[in-house]
Amino acid sequence: MHPAPTPTPTRPASDPITIDGVTLGSRLIMGTGGISSLTVLEEALLASGTDLTTVAMRRYSPEMGNSLFTLLERNDIRILPNTAGCYTARDALLTAELGREALETDWVKLEVIADEQTLLPDAVELVDATETLANKGFKVFAYTSDDPVVAARLEDVGATAVMPLGAPIGTGLGILNPHNIELITSRAQVPVVLDAGLGTASEAALAMELGCDAVLLASAVTRAQDPVAMAHAMRLAVQAGRLAAGAGRIPVRRHALASSPVDGLIDAVTQQEAAEVPRGDWPQMSRS
Amino acid sequence: MHTLTLNGAAHDVAPGSRLIDLIAEVTTRSLNTDGTPEDGGRLGVAVAVDATVVPRSQWHATELTDGQNVEIITAMQGG
Repeated sequence: MHPAPTPTPTRPASDPITIDGVTLGSRLIMGTGGISSLTVLEEALLASGTDLTTVAMRRYSPEMGNSLFTLLERNDIRILPNTAGCYTARDALLTAELGREALETDWVKLEVIADEQTLLPDAVELVDATETLANKGFKVFAYTSDDPVVAARLEDVGATAVMPLGAPIGTGLGILNPHNIELITSRAQVPVVLDAGLGTASEAALAMELGCDAVLLASAVTRAQDPVAMAHAMRLAVQAGRLAAGAGRIPVRRHALASSPVDGLIDAVTQQEAAEVPRGDWPQMSRS
Repeated sequence: MHTLTLNGAAHDVAPGSRLIDLIAEVTTRSLNTDGTPEDGGRLGVAVAVDATVVPRSQWHATELTDGQNVEIITAMQGG
C-alpha cells in the first residue's frame, strides 16, 4: 500500500545519521502518543521508516503490560525514553534513571516544561538538567525552544543533540521562526533535530532544508485522519528536504531568468518581440 | 502482612517478600535472581522504591517493608 521510496540512480533515498556512535537509517524520529490503536501505530511506524521512537515512562498497568515495548522491540526500532511531564531537573533525573533501567539505554529525550498550557521548555531548568544528566553519563537529546543562544548553551553543557521546536507541541503550526532554526543549524556542532509543532509534510521538508539533521514528530502523524499515509508522506518529505539541502538551491531573484535560450528564435517571434520590448522596464530589485 | 503503596494503591505482601517477587507477580513473568525473565526476553520495566531507582540486579536482595512506596514503570505512548 505504501511502497518504499525509489532511490535516484546516483543518490540513496536517504542517508543515515550517526548519533553517539549509533547509525540510524532514517532521519525521521517518531513519537508514539496521540493514537489509540496500537495496530495503526505499528503500521504508521513502519510506513514512516523510522529507526528511533520516543516513549513516555509511566506506571505499569496489568491491562497494557509492556505491549508498546514489545511492539518496538519486534520491529527493531530503537527506543528513546522521554521525560515528558517533568518540571524540574530533579524530576527529570529520576525519570531518566527509570528509562535507562527499564529500556537499557542511556539515551534520553529531555523535556523540562514550564506549564501545561504552553508545554514550552523551561530554558533555565533545561540547561541545569542537561548538565546534570550528561555528567551522569546520559546521552541527552534536549527538547528546547527555537532560541539559538539556549541551543548553544545546551551544547556547551554536554547535550548529545539539540532539538528545537518548530512550534508548541501538538499545534501543527509548522516552523514559526525559520530564521532561528537556520541560525541554530549553522553553528551547531551536535545534531539538530526539529522537534514538535509540525502539521504536514512540507514543513518536515523545510526543516531539513534549513539544515536540520533529523525531524521528530508525533501528533502530525498520530492525529492525522490517515496516520499511515501521513507517516509515509513524512518519510518522503524528510528525504526530499535532506536531498534538497545538499543540492545547492538557486539564489532567489526578483526578475525572471529565461531557462530557454534566447539565440535561435525564429524571425516571426523576434520581430514580434522587438515591438513589445518597451514593456519590460521594471526597476532593478535584488536580494542579497 | 506488610502494606505498601504500589503504583499509588495499597498493596499487601507477606512478611519476608522480596522486591523481585512483587515484580514477578505484577508482570506475570518468572524472573531469574538477576532480574531477567526466565523466558529469555526483556522485561522492559524499572522500579523505584521511595523515589530511588533499584537496579534489577538488586531486586532479589531487596526485602519489602511496611509503608514503602513502590513504583513499577514501563514504556507508554508519548511524544
